Amino acid sequence: MPAVSMTVNGKAVTGDVEARTLLVQFLRENLRLTGTHVGCDTSQCGACVVHIDGIAAKSCTTLALQCEGAKVTTIEGLAEPNGPLHPMQEAFRENHGLQCGFCTPGMIMAALDIVRRRGNDLDEHTIREQLDGNICRCTGYHNIVKAIAAGAKAMAKGGAHQAAE
Amino acid sequence: MSATGIGAAVRRKEDLRFITGKGKYTDDVVRPGETRAVFVRSPHAHAKINSIDVSAARKMPGVVDVLTGKDLATDKIGNLICGWMIHSKDGTPMKMAPHPALAADKVCHVGDAVAVVIAETQAQARDAAEKVKVDYQVMPAVVDPGKAKSGPQIHDVAPKNTIYEWSLGDAKAVDAAFALAKHVTKLDIVNNRLVPNAIEPRVALAEYDAGTDQLTLWNTTQNPHVSRLVIAAFVGMAPEHKLRVIAPDVGGGFGSKIFIYPEEVVCLWAARKVGRPVKWTADRSESFVTDAHGRDHVTHAELALDASGKMLAMRVKTIANLGAYMSTFSSSVPTYLYATLLSGQYDIPQIYCEVDAVYTNTVPVDAYRGAGRPEATFVVERLVEVAARQMDIDPADLRKRNFIKSFPHQTPVIMAYDAGDYNASLKKALELADVKGFNKRKRDAARDGKLRGLGYSTYIEACGIAPSQAVGSLGCGVGLWESAEVRVNPTGSVEVLTGTHAHGQGHETTFAQLVSERLGIPFENVSIVHGDTDKVQFGMGTYGSRSGAVGMSAIVKALDKIEAKAKKVAAHMLEAAEGDIEFKDGKFTVAGTDKSAAWGDVSLNAYIAHKFAGQELEPGLKETSFYDPTNFTFPAGCHICEVEVDRDTGKTEIVNWTAVDDFGTVINPMIVEGQVHGGIAQGIGQALLEGAVYDKDGQLVTGSLMDYCMPHAHDLPSFQVGLTETKSPSNPLGIKGCGEAGAIAAPAAVINAITDAIGNEELGMPATAQTVWAALKRGQPRQAA
Repeated sequence: MPAVSMTVNGKAVTGDVEARTLLVQFLRENLRLTGTHVGCDTSQCGACVVHIDGIAAKSCTTLALQCEGAKVTTIEGLAEPNGPLHPMQEAFRENHGLQCGFCTPGMIMAALDIVRRRGNDLDEHTIREQLDGNICRCTGYHNIVKAIAAGAKAMAKGGAHQAAE
Repeated sequence: MSATGIGAAVRRKEDLRFITGKGKYTDDVVRPGETRAVFVRSPHAHAKINSIDVSAARKMPGVVDVLTGKDLATDKIGNLICGWMIHSKDGTPMKMAPHPALAADKVCHVGDAVAVVIAETQAQARDAAEKVKVDYQVMPAVVDPGKAKSGPQIHDVAPKNTIYEWSLGDAKAVDAAFALAKHVTKLDIVNNRLVPNAIEPRVALAEYDAGTDQLTLWNTTQNPHVSRLVIAAFVGMAPEHKLRVIAPDVGGGFGSKIFIYPEEVVCLWAARKVGRPVKWTADRSESFVTDAHGRDHVTHAELALDASGKMLAMRVKTIANLGAYMSTFSSSVPTYLYATLLSGQYDIPQIYCEVDAVYTNTVPVDAYRGAGRPEATFVVERLVEVAARQMDIDPADLRKRNFIKSFPHQTPVIMAYDAGDYNASLKKALELADVKGFNKRKRDAARDGKLRGLGYSTYIEACGIAPSQAVGSLGCGVGLWESAEVRVNPTGSVEVLTGTHAHGQGHETTFAQLVSERLGIPFENVSIVHGDTDKVQFGMGTYGSRSGAVGMSAIVKALDKIEAKAKKVAAHMLEAAEGDIEFKDGKFTVAGTDKSAAWGDVSLNAYIAHKFAGQELEPGLKETSFYDPTNFTFPAGCHICEVEVDRDTGKTEIVNWTAVDDFGTVINPMIVEGQVHGGIAQGIGQALLEGAVYDKDGQLVTGSLMDYCMPHAHDLPSFQVGLTETKSPSNPLGIKGCGEAGAIAAPAAVINAITDAIGNEELGMPATAQTVWAALKRGQPRQAA
């Protein structure tokens, strides 16, 4: 089996993978980073969204080997252990932007990418359109939209437009 | 109201783990030596199995074992069952066909499992599953419930594919009332089949400990004790005390994770056979063809009114598609959860409903958010809206004229409504939605070439699904009470073990709010434990919006006992009579004195037991309760949907949504609003986007998230949510339940709004742009009176 090396949440990691091993499998099974979820098999639901070199990607549709040398950030890498939460994480909690929590890591990672692309002042229409790649079955999106708008604003205040990449 | 007590919008305890990726879902659990299971599934809707050749699969790398339906039968593993008995009009019991966890002789729907491959890795199991050769003899299939009775017979026990022909109400009295009616509204309705699609796919992980002969199942279930009971008592996998079921964090259920499915049975069986843990994780394509679907009714409904618009009678005939096998509670959904709600919020003297349940070569159908009540509400609220339009009466006014105004109210279809104020929720909704300004908005929209419409849904539901005696008399095989255990620790912190299960509802927060308020202790000092049959004494799980009304009531009863015991301890500590001890704000006081003991001191004294003799008072501070309510609860409200339809494309935009609901007592308004939002989204999904489509051969055409249209953020508006309150008199907290309301109310509101906009009542769900456009092109006038 070929070996792959990448940086995940700031740590250098290597592992032996099959050519067909997906990034999400490498994260969940090899590294035991189980915050990244798999909710579908057609790249629709977005529960698996992580950042690869600072850009949101669906880890269920990315081969682990494609990430050779890349910097990968998962939900576990957004806040320092025992440190304060990332403003976007805090905004999801404050605005009740989650219920069962399964889509949440992907939602938060996708939200940060919306901020990266569209800035900190996001209107409702923009957020709804930009969330096309993420599905939530619990919340009806109402509070997710509020959370992302609030999180984006809080990031501007804290000067944290860049997530912990 | 304290900052963390009843009525406070406390932020959720459970969120920290979910927003940091530390949630523990079933697929996140890994056991030493774990193997992976992949199922071989039928590609045909209806076929005989001539033979299965597993020899090539066995030789594949990493394969541990390959098992078939014949092996299952040899080991005498029992069938899956439906736990709610329904009798036909002629008194005969429903025709429950055998449902083996792995099909041995024939397959009855696409996705029916015929074999399982156990291998070292998921990829190896998948590779080997492709090498299993199944020789099928394909047979004709039937998928349309309307054609089921004349289609090829699926099960020997069920001639004409008929499970039951059931009725409720007085047919003769209804006929007599119709004969006197001045106006009759008639509708043909298809309630579209839905796929629940919780974002977490189902998972089962089974482990066998040969040393203790103990089986453990980690499972995505909404009701671990019910799961254990069925797997032990009916499937016969293991005695109940040798089977532990753990439901860790569960990523959404919506009903689909109530049921006992073949995969968990097979994983348990296989784990014992191979002597290693076996895990199965569904992929989404598998979820589509194995998770129980929802709805799927074909209905003809008639409403009789007098000249003034007073409702006289209703007559309903429904064919309910239950799919290829009877799922765990499937029989109750189109009967006692459906026909019993046909009175809606209205005083209707006579109602008669017939329901024929049929088998088809499709995935089994069972409870999905609302379960029967959305179907009933859709029938009632479409009839009322269309009747109003036909009689040229304002739809809100026609509703008001017929609202039930005094309680208790006995409907002609079993239910006895105990409390409500339907005028109050309608009035508030009319104001919030600015219905007065609608005509101006309609004219403005017309100038932009858009058709604006307004639709109401004044819904009612019956929740809690208890008392046990009542559901037992209707055929339910279990009691639907709930249990709780409150453990006060020596340091005064509290664990509550509940038989309910949270999969998004926030019980860890709301239940802790209740305990914090009642005992006067910090919210942080309360933990809620659920989802493990080795920890929780027993429980019926979470569905039917029952966790507040029934589950929290059980906690209240246990807290009553805790207070009574703690007062005894305090009396000894304070050297006073037990009757003189008052408990308030976490402090025990001797009435009329300044002598008091704090909560923590009393807790400690209960355990060190130095101040009283053990013969006089048992040490410890732990109490349990099994609570059965006195009636169902009846949440109700009014949803108003305003739409704009593009007359060129048929595309509908929801421009305003107003929901005013009466859920009785609200513990956490933030969580309640979230439940309403999610329910509305699923209801709008049914009305505008979602529909499971089978082709004539029984292939599920909408078998992935690319083909089945789930609501996305850009499909939905923000929601305006308000509350009114009448307490439920059937439980100590006055809670009615909020989990299903949105999904029950929404579809009728949407379709009423679109049909108002386009002036054509013949509109099916989902009302996609194409469907609406076609209805606009047909341009049929409203049905004549």
